[in-house]
This record gives sequence, C-alpha cells and structure tokens, in this order.
Amino acid sequence: MIALSDFLILGALLFSLSVAGIFLNRKNIIILLMCIELMLLAVNLNFLAFAYFLDDAAGQVFVFFILTVAAAEAAIGLAILVVLFRNLSTINVDEIGRLKG
Amino acid sequence: MPFSLTNPSYALPEMLMLGFALGLLLFIAFTGKEKMNWTFALTQLSLFATALVIVLSMGEQGLAFSDTYIKDSLSDVLKLSICLINMLVLLYSHDYLKDRGLQQGEFYVLVLFATLGMMVLVSASHFLTLYLGLELMSLCLYALVAMHRDSFIATEAAMKYFILGAIASGMLLYGMSIIYGVTGSLALADIAVAIDSGMLNNTVLSFGLVFIVIGVAFKFGAVPFHMWLPDVYQGAPTAVTLFLAAAPKVAAFAMLIRLMVDGLGGVQDAWQDMLIMLAVLSMIVGNLVAIAQTNLKRMLAYSTISHVGFLLLGVLSGTAEGYAASMFYTLIYALMTLGGFGMILLLSKQGFEAEEIADYKGLGKTQPWYALMMLILMFSMAGIPPLAGFYAKLTVIKAVVDVNLITVAVIAVLMSVIGAYYYLRVIKVMYFDAPEQQLTVQVSAPARIMFSSNVLLVLGLGLFPGSLLAICVTVLS
Repeated sequence: MIALSDFLILGALLFSLSVAGIFLNRKNIIILLMCIELMLLAVNLNFLAFAYFLDDAAGQVFVFFILTVAAAEAAIGLAILVVLFRNLSTINVDEIGRLKG
Repeated sequence: MPFSLTNPSYALPEMLMLGFALGLLLFIAFTGKEKMNWTFALTQLSLFATALVIVLSMGEQGLAFSDTYIKDSLSDVLKLSICLINMLVLLYSHDYLKDRGLQQGEFYVLVLFATLGMMVLVSASHFLTLYLGLELMSLCLYALVAMHRDSFIATEAAMKYFILGAIASGMLLYGMSIIYGVTGSLALADIAVAIDSGMLNNTVLSFGLVFIVIGVAFKFGAVPFHMWLPDVYQGAPTAVTLFLAAAPKVAAFAMLIRLMVDGLGGVQDAWQDMLIMLAVLSMIVGNLVAIAQTNLKRMLAYSTISHVGFLLLGVLSGTAEGYAASMFYTLIYALMTLGGFGMILLLSKQGFEAEEIADYKGLGKTQPWYALMMLILMFSMAGIPPLAGFYAKLTVIKAVVDVNLITVAVIAVLMSVIGAYYYLRVIKVMYFDAPEQQLTVQVSAPARIMFSSNVLLVLGLGLFPGSLLAICVTVLS
C-alpha cells in the first residue's frame, strides 16, 4: 500500500525540480515552459493524492480544470515565444534583457 | 456533492459580459477591420450594460452554484468599480491605439474577457472559481502585453510576465492543494470552519499558507516578487499598461480578502507576519528605486510597488477598519493610476510616446491645464493634503497604529516622505524647466473631459472622502 506521504514527497520533489529548473536554466525558454508544465503536474499529483485519501471527488474535478487551463497557458506561452523569436531571432534566456533598471 | 443550480441570477452580470464578449468576437469576425468605431462603441456598451445590471441587482446576497460563487455587497461594489475603470481605460486609449495601428478587434475582446475574469475572481467563494477567474484574467493580460507584435520590448515584457505569472499560479495552486489536504475542502467557508475547529495540523497549514501568500504577492507585485512589474509596465504599449495597472489591482485586492480573510482568517497570526514583511519591503524598495528612474512609466511602476505596500498595511492590521482602509486605498490608487498613465496617453502622438520624464519639460507653459492636472496627480500619489492620496495613506496608517504596529507605521511615514521626492521632481521638470518642444493634446473631446473629471475626482475625494469611505466600511463590516 502506498501511503499518502509518498505521493506528497513525490509531488514536492517534482515541484522543487520545476522551480529549480526555472531559476537555474540559462539556455532555452522552451525548457522554462516545460518546467511550468511540470509544476502544474506536481500540483495535480498532490490534488489527486488528497482526493483519493480524503475520498472526495472535488479534488479530482479540480485536476481536470487545471489540466485545461494548463493547455491554454501553454498555447499562449508558445504564441508569445514565436513572436519573441521573430523579433529577436533567439530564445536564449541570457540574450533577452533590454528592459533593465 | 451533487451540483445544484441555485440562484443562477446572482451571476447575471458575468453571463451578460460573457454574452457580449462572444457577440463581439462574432461581430469582429464578420466585419473585419473596417468597423473599429463600432467595435469600440459595442465594448463600451457591454461594460455599461454590465455595470447597470450590477447596480440594479444590488442588495440581494447569497451563494450560488453549489456555494462556489458569492454575491455580497463587496463583490457588487468592486465589480461596479472594475466596469467603470475599464470604461475609462478604453476611452483614454482609443486614440493611442488608432495612431499606432494597434486598434484591432482582439484588443477589445481580450479586455472584455479579462474583465469577465476579474468579475469571477471578485465573486469567488471556492478555490476552483478563484483559480479560474484569476487565470482567465491573467491569460488575457499576457496576450494583451504581447499585442504589439513588432516591438522588441513589448514581446520581451510579455514573456517575462507570462513566465513569472505562471510561476505565481503554480505556487498558488500548490498552496491550495496543501490547504485542501489539511482541511478536506475547497470551499472557502468550509475551510474557515475547519480551521476554527482547531483540530488541524498547524505546521502543514502554515506550509500551505506560505505558498498562497507568495502566489498572491506575485500577482500584486509586492517585493520580493516584483521583478516583472517594472519591465511589463515599461515594455507594454501604454494603453495596455493603463489597463493592467488599474482594474486587475482591484481584483487582486478582492482575491486577497477572499483568501486571507474569508478563507484563512483563522490563521491570521501566521499571515500577518508575512504580510508585514511584504508591505515593509515593498514600501522601501518601491520608493527608493523609483528615485533612480528617468522613464515615467517605469517610475510609476515602482510607485505602484510602493502603493501595494501601503495597500497591504490595512489588510495586515486584521481589523474590519483595516480592510475598509485597504479597499479605500485600492480604489483611490486605481483612480490615480488612471490619471497618471492617462496623462501619458493624452500627450503621446504618432512617433512620440511621452514616456520620458524629460519629455514633460516646460509643460506648465505649453499646456497649463494638463500640467495642473499632472500636479494634482503627483501631489496625490505623494500623499499631500488635501488630495485623496493623503487621506488614503492616513486611513491605512491609522489602521496599523490601532493594532499597535508602531514600527511599521513609522516606516510607512518615512517612506512616503522619501517617495515625495520623485513625484516632486516631475512637477519641477514641468514648471521650472524650459520647454524643448511644443506638446499637444490631440485626443477626442470626451477623453479630455473624462480625464479632467477623473483628476478632479481625486481632488474631490480628498476634500470629501466620507461617502466612499463609508461605502468601504459598510461592505467589509
């Protein structure tokens, strides 16, 4: 039997990985988008584990909504990425920094 | 839990807004780019009709849609102010967008959907509606910032806004999942009951709370989660900056009240310390960094950060008077921001953005009336009596003094003195420097008249703050 804490530890690990990925990554914006997706999936895992152990369907419904919003978010993120690439011809994080101060 | 469709009429303003937004989408698809003035008029009409419905349905209170949705006097007043603020935003930005070829149907559709998101956020009484409202608003704002497709800085600002906004949503959701696990419920009222029972594990609860506070702080732009705000304000087209500086802050205030007071009011001791830290840091960093700015949009962005610090003061006091003071501050802030960015929109013309402070040299001689308006706005933001900004600062500082947080109050007063420096610098540039160019105001007469009344309202509310303050006290008592 897998305990609730196992799910939560896995969720926390995935969440920390994604946050670390966002802040350490200096190469590629697409990796940033992947990290954001991973972050939302870690949250989903948390919700599902809680919903199962609380025997409450509300958490599972929430996951469906998060998945849908994540899809919309990825669509907007990629659209902005395309526009950015057309303007700057690069998606390297280090080369994006005209706004400073 | 079966889904019950009780009191659907409570969401009538949202349904109307959704209908109008979808209708506008169809209208644009059929007319293309020719009928932009009609699109503009239809957008204003839909905001006006929604505001009218909100006014007519005031008074009824209660929960709807299986307790996921709340209609109370707080939601009514905030939704009404969001609609009115957005009407002013569209009026001010009409000519700016036209001059730059940005007047596309998408702008108006996105503004309407973002408004819908704000209204859902204001009426949320459940984590799910809160999240969906927040995302509907944020996703529209990301797209709006990126709307100027050929601009380097606009797309860069949009990317930064998107990534940091997505992190904020992720943090907020993680916090929500922990709170859900501890309390066993997603409805804010049930969460409050579970916390009040005192049977919960406080460590885990505080763990979830930290993530929720971080998420909210990101959305507000409170230090140390403010990195996106100056870049986005500077990079976005001024019309979009105006839109995302005013009404979303009102919606964010509602989110703060719903989450912290309605849902997690039982752990006020825990979040009070976090909010004190955010508020103090925001006031210090916002005011100090604003001094170094030469770009007016960026300066106003840092000024926004400091205003967020002041706004949090009222909430962190944890009293009903404090919440009312914060709400008063939020509404006054929205009015002042409308004026501040509205001024940039009024003075800008094709090929000239009027966004450097140096552009305002000698405005007192070339455009005495608008220089006077700017003077009132800057004095009000600095918190100089008898303007509304002074009274707003006074009420929030009084709220923290009442709960014996004297140190915080002293820092707030010191920082508003330091803040006065960079506002006064703009006034000095306007009145004491020689004009370098002839500045003209070319926007339509309605925009000019509304702008002047907007600024005079800031003056009026400073002289007679009683009625608005009374409304804030009533809705939050």
